[in-house]
Amino acid sequence: MIDFELTPEQQAGIKAAHEAAKELFRPVSRYYDEQEHESPQELIDNIWKRRNEGLFDLGMDAVAAFRIEELCWGDAGLFLCIPGPGLGGAAIFSSGTREQMERFLGSFNEGEPKWGAMAMTEPGCGSDTAAISATAVHDGNEWVLNGEKIFVTWGKRAAENPGGLVVVWATVDKSAGRAGMKSFVVPAGTPGMRVEKLEKKLGIKASDTATVTFDNCRIPFENILGSPEVKKVDKSQTKGFKGAMATFDATRPIVAAMAIGVGRAALDFVKETLENEGVKIRYGVPKQKLTALERDVIEMEANYKAAKLLTLRALWMMSQLQPNSLESSMAKAKAGLAVTKITQKAVEIMGPLGYSRKYLLEKWMRDAKINDIFEGTGQINMLVTARRILNYSRDQLK
Amino acid sequence: MISFSPTEEQQMIVTMVKQFASDEMRKIYRECDETGEIPDNVIDTAWKMGLTSSSIPEDYGGSGGEHSAITGSLINEELAWGDLSMTMHIICPALFAYPVLEMGTETQKKKYLPLFCAEKYKAATAALIEPRFDFDPYSLSTVAQPDGNQYVLNGDKCYVPLAADADVFLFYARENGNSQGFIIEKGTKGLEIGEREKNMGIRALATYEISLKNCRIPKENRLGGEKGCDFNHIMNHSRVALSAMATGVAKAAFEYSRDYAKERVAFGEPVASRQTIAFMLAEMAIEIDATRLMTWEAAWKLDRKEDATKEASLVKAYADDMVIMVTDRAVQILGGHGYVREHPVELWLRNGRGFVTFDGMAIV
Repeated sequence: MIDFELTPEQQAGIKAAHEAAKELFRPVSRYYDEQEHESPQELIDNIWKRRNEGLFDLGMDAVAAFRIEELCWGDAGLFLCIPGPGLGGAAIFSSGTREQMERFLGSFNEGEPKWGAMAMTEPGCGSDTAAISATAVHDGNEWVLNGEKIFVTWGKRAAENPGGLVVVWATVDKSAGRAGMKSFVVPAGTPGMRVEKLEKKLGIKASDTATVTFDNCRIPFENILGSPEVKKVDKSQTKGFKGAMATFDATRPIVAAMAIGVGRAALDFVKETLENEGVKIRYGVPKQKLTALERDVIEMEANYKAAKLLTLRALWMMSQLQPNSLESSMAKAKAGLAVTKITQKAVEIMGPLGYSRKYLLEKWMRDAKINDIFEGTGQINMLVTARRILNYSRDQLK
Repeated sequence: MISFSPTEEQQMIVTMVKQFASDEMRKIYRECDETGEIPDNVIDTAWKMGLTSSSIPEDYGGSGGEHSAITGSLINEELAWGDLSMTMHIICPALFAYPVLEMGTETQKKKYLPLFCAEKYKAATAALIEPRFDFDPYSLSTVAQPDGNQYVLNGDKCYVPLAADADVFLFYARENGNSQGFIIEKGTKGLEIGEREKNMGIRALATYEISLKNCRIPKENRLGGEKGCDFNHIMNHSRVALSAMATGVAKAAFEYSRDYAKERVAFGEPVASRQTIAFMLAEMAIEIDATRLMTWEAAWKLDRKEDATKEASLVKAYADDMVIMVTDRAVQILGGHGYVREHPVELWLRNGRGFVTFDGMAIV
């Protein structure tokens, strides 16, 4: 049955996430935007204490989208400081064995705060993940990793805090192309893994975006996710690459949900400001009778809703164990662009209030933009969508 | 619990309607558009599916199914994928039947609902749109003035589907500043049906201008009697129906242009293998899906008897823009071939353009 109802427990969970965002994130939102690279230690400790409340779990169902939206309504940069297995965890969940999940993630919730990260992008390759040049060489009962990874979200926290982990994508055989691409779990503090620098960014400044290098970094053989074998003969056997893509099916709707949270923060700000000034947005009025302002706000709201429903669908399909590559990419492409536009329009509408650092709106515009870039740019997600609807391979649609 | 999966029963209905749309409507829609006529047998076949009578209670001769806006949305999308003119013709009786079903007095229900449970298709219609550029359903020029135990109606209407064949009409008119519904039967003095209209699209659907000149009707013909009707609720049902139809028209145009782009070779490759075309198609697919999901959400609210004004008007505004974007691009992807009437995309562009105008011409 087509249904959009949330159970009372789900509603309570979403409300609690909203309250947490309001109490924990909003008051320090501006501070950590201005003090880039300063770790919000108190906030992290607070969240860690409350980790069993379920508010801060990513989750892989439609309700998770609501929770993530609320938290990112609070602050998307601080959201990315929340301890947890993060994208590294998503990679382990989507292509690891049960034993690996237990070994790497089993005690993630215990002791001190821990983070997981995923390292894929390199200076010479972004969305073209199959062109990765980092290498993994099998040596005895170990893998030896070499290479440089950039734009690693959670990179510093994951690589340096005990108990954390970084999932690294590297090739075991360059001549094999995609089939040679594998992912490896590198525990925090492994010798040879080093954080070289933190990026200075346009937005989500509270989130650490690190360059992580691997210099003869040795990890146990059993830290490879998926099969170590490279099947060169059959071109369809590109499991390693498919593992990366399966991870994206899970993470793209989560990024879309983040985007939606930032978009709603901007929308709420616009609507509240207008309401306080006695400007009402009328629904159900013929288009030709609406003011230009009403048209703008209605368009923003409709786009927010469109992005949200596409995201809910993608996550719902995942929870139903249905293949959702197409729907994940659709949601991510739509949400990233919609929210970029919504926040930019909001700044325009609010005029001097929008541009001033006295309010958070200008920050949300800067924060929003990342959602159209990371976990696959809007264009890459359009490409994935196009290939799926056309039933085209990479060679047929480049 | 959140779910995007239609019930088994809904899936069965969708399969049946889809079959009809591809076997019957898709065979003749171009000819219908050229001649302006829809063969009776197609309408009769559609009528036998019982799409309207199924949600009329058994007491009034129907099959007593639930009147669901979600089911209606699913049906309307499939029908409109087949052809918009025929869809509007097929479901035209619902323009009268559903408001009576939802808001009519017991007498009105007893008198009129059995008409729609007969074996043969019975035309009935509603008149909302007025021929002026700043038409506003909430501020109608057509006026209903109480006079003793009668109402006197005056005003002009246009885009009234099947007016020449209809036995009963539901007119929307202004009464004390509010829009209300009034039932007028064929042959009532002062009800003047004009010439059939000539429109850019939906050419197979017969629509008419109507003038009401001191048209007197008994007081009990006010929809809902003394209580009146919740006009906004009717508008919301219309917004959802039209959004679902816009999704169907857009889906037809998307599928056709996608298939064409895979066939058509330029510079040694199918044009679909160029990002400039492929990305157009990707955006079309995304926006169609988004509109469908927004339609479902608004329909879901209607089915829960909650105020769906915000959701329904947001999706209608979104669907109006979406369908013109998609159908225009479909023409663009076919290039010169899209402009000639050998291909259907120009027809869908003409039909798609109308949604922003079609307020009240469909109901779910």
